[in-house]
Amino acid sequence: MIEIIDAERCTSCDICVNVCPTNVFDKTGGIPVIARQGDCQTCFLCELYCPEDALFVSPFADEPQQVDLAALKQAAAMGSYRRAVGWTDETSDRRGIDRSYLLFGH
Amino acid sequence: MTNQSIRAERTFSAAGSVEFDADVLVIGGGPAGTWAAIGAAERGARVVLADKGFCGTSGATAAAGTGVWYVDPDPALREAAMANREKMGGYLQDRRWMARVLDRTYDRSNQLADWGYPYPVDGNGKAQRNSLQGPEYMRLMRKRTKQAGVTILDHSPALELLVDEDGAVAGATGERRQKHDRWTVRAKAVVIATGGCAFLSKTLGSNVLTGDGYLMAAEVGAEFTSMEFSNPYAISTAFGSVTKTLFFGWATFTYEDGSVVPGAASKGGRSAIARALLQGPVYARLDKADGDVQQHMRASQPNFFLPFDRTGIDPFTDRFQVTLRLEGTVRGTGGLRIVNDDCATSVSGLYAAGDAATRELICGGFTGGGSHNAAWAMSSGGWAGQGAADYARQIGPATRRSLSGAGTVALRENANRPFNPADLTRAVRDEVVPYELNYFREAGRLGGSLRRLDALWAEASSADAANASDVLRAREGAAMLATARWMYRSALARQESRGMHRRDDFPDQDDRQRHYITSGGLDEVWTAFRPHAAAAYAEAAE
Ligand SMILES: Cc1cc2nc3c(=O)[nH]c(=O)nc-3n(C[C@H](O)[C@H](O)[C@H](O)COP(=O)(O)OP(=O)(O)OC[C@H]3O[C@@H](n4cnc5c(N)ncnc54)[C@H](O)[C@@H]3O)c2cc1C
Ligand code: SF4
Ligand code: SF4
Repeated sequence: MIEIIDAERCTSCDICVNVCPTNVFDKTGGIPVIARQGDCQTCFLCELYCPEDALFVSPFADEPQQVDLAALKQAAAMGSYRRAVGWTDETSDRRGIDRSYLLFGH
Repeated sequence: MTNQSIRAERTFSAAGSVEFDADVLVIGGGPAGTWAAIGAAERGARVVLADKGFCGTSGATAAAGTGVWYVDPDPALREAAMANREKMGGYLQDRRWMARVLDRTYDRSNQLADWGYPYPVDGNGKAQRNSLQGPEYMRLMRKRTKQAGVTILDHSPALELLVDEDGAVAGATGERRQKHDRWTVRAKAVVIATGGCAFLSKTLGSNVLTGDGYLMAAEVGAEFTSMEFSNPYAISTAFGSVTKTLFFGWATFTYEDGSVVPGAASKGGRSAIARALLQGPVYARLDKADGDVQQHMRASQPNFFLPFDRTGIDPFTDRFQVTLRLEGTVRGTGGLRIVNDDCATSVSGLYAAGDAATRELICGGFTGGGSHNAAWAMSSGGWAGQGAADYARQIGPATRRSLSGAGTVALRENANRPFNPADLTRAVRDEVVPYELNYFREAGRLGGSLRRLDALWAEASSADAANASDVLRAREGAAMLATARWMYRSALARQESRGMHRRDDFPDQDDRQRHYITSGGLDEVWTAFRPHAAAAYAEAAE
């Protein structure tokens, strides 16, 4: 489930509010709030769309978890999914490296 | 290029509501809905697309990504692609539809390449087009939908259909969750592309998929088919949502004590996992993947690794606990019955595409291993959109018809007991999630579930209208309830095991039951048999 918005990185662009398919966030005029955490479906898509790597979705789908923001930042966990799929400028060559065709039919 | 002249018109804005006038309304903005909207717009229709979430991130494909049934147009390859699935699907497929879908999927995938989808190229310089990354694909589909001139309403779940004096479908109304008001679209035809129903199991990307389109369609009298093929369960870590099963083909499954679960496998041995889970915890380790395979996996499906990387598990060397999450009709094959090549339903003005529609035509009773659902969504979406646009043109410039809402449960004042969506949802999930009820079916247990589900329906349908803040959840609960009843009534009617439908009391496939099961109804749920075309011909020749 979505666990945290890093107030230091967030620029209040509200993209996460718009793209979350289950409407978990609310606009505030400033930094959005996680208003309905229980509705989060752990799809990680807000992370992909956040241009600032300011969000962290914990992989635990059924219960909230305590997260340590400083440790997450240090481990570069925030934005890791975005980088892996090539949605940052530095990683865009990864957009076309899907090798599923080598794995199908196993 | 946006063509302003064919945009749907915003006609009315009383306080607390917006109204649009369109030719075609598409409900749902996953692959099926976006292809439908583009297909209708290309035919000159003014189109509105309303999605419960955000068109581009919402639905199963956006979060998960899909293998695609993309097969080069070489007759031998196409023949093999059709033949190798027939047994698995219980011989309920229709060859003509399979061929149509293969053709269409090939064209659409190549269209995606022209639009800039970054398909990989293999070592021989050949583009490989049998897999789509969900976020990438659906971001592109949103862009193309907008460029086609379609008006997109995000965070705007449809709540009920509108019908004209003759009962033809003529639009829908819903709410705008972030604007806290209502929308109405008057349209000449409607495409239901709301996906399947996964009963809030948190299988990846699917909590928006609660069967809403089924309920709305049933309220105008639409029919369903193959609803007994509605019990796929997908493997994930016990704690996580990432139910991508392909890589579990490299797994060894073990009990608590470390001994191997006999017969357990992702493909062809999932029921052994379910039986083991009924006894206690089950673990997996992807220990059959060598170094090369591990690298390909990471490159191909980064989200598969999120639950592992974020908990410090190495899935190739560490043992981790797994579970099976229900996917209902998302990777099942049941859905709205299609009556012609345009994906029309049995109700005038109503079309269906993607998981909202049956996939029996191309996969019979089993979809596992993927690819067919994605191919169906892109093919049926286009057909439904074009069919709806052509139907709308036939109606001509509409004299302003008098429309009424067709919705029932949770929408009408009954001055009775209050509607409690949370309790309803919990009660429905209790009947469909347990493996011993839904994975492994048996007449006595199905009958018991149906009695409880029918009682829930009697209660919900006589309860008062839900209040504004609850109405979406109430309608979702009612839709899941209705879906469960068509599923189990159909499961009871199919007294054999075929495709994914497994009856403990009828463990074998029975040649005499090579037919389809149609279902429908809300207060009274009914089922009926329809012959499978090939079986009917065979009988005629006897
Ligand atoms: C984990 C996972 C992996 C999968 N892998 C594969 C695979 O490899 N190959 C394959 O072929 N298939 C696969 N599938 C199935 C595939 O994802 C679906 O068949 C496909 O997404 C169907 O497309 P759709 O447009 O019909 O539905 P969806 O993509 O689910 O979209 C439905 C849309 O309808 C919207 N909606 C719902 N209710 C309403 C409402 N009341 N009003 C307005 N909008 C509404 C939703 O918000 C959503 O955007 C997988 C599914 C899952 C869950
Ligand atoms: S998308 Fe990221 S930067 Fe933008 S508001 Fe959300 S958290 Fe802040
Ligand atoms: S993980 Fe998905 S459902 Fe949860 S907040 Fe992010 S976008 Fe929304």
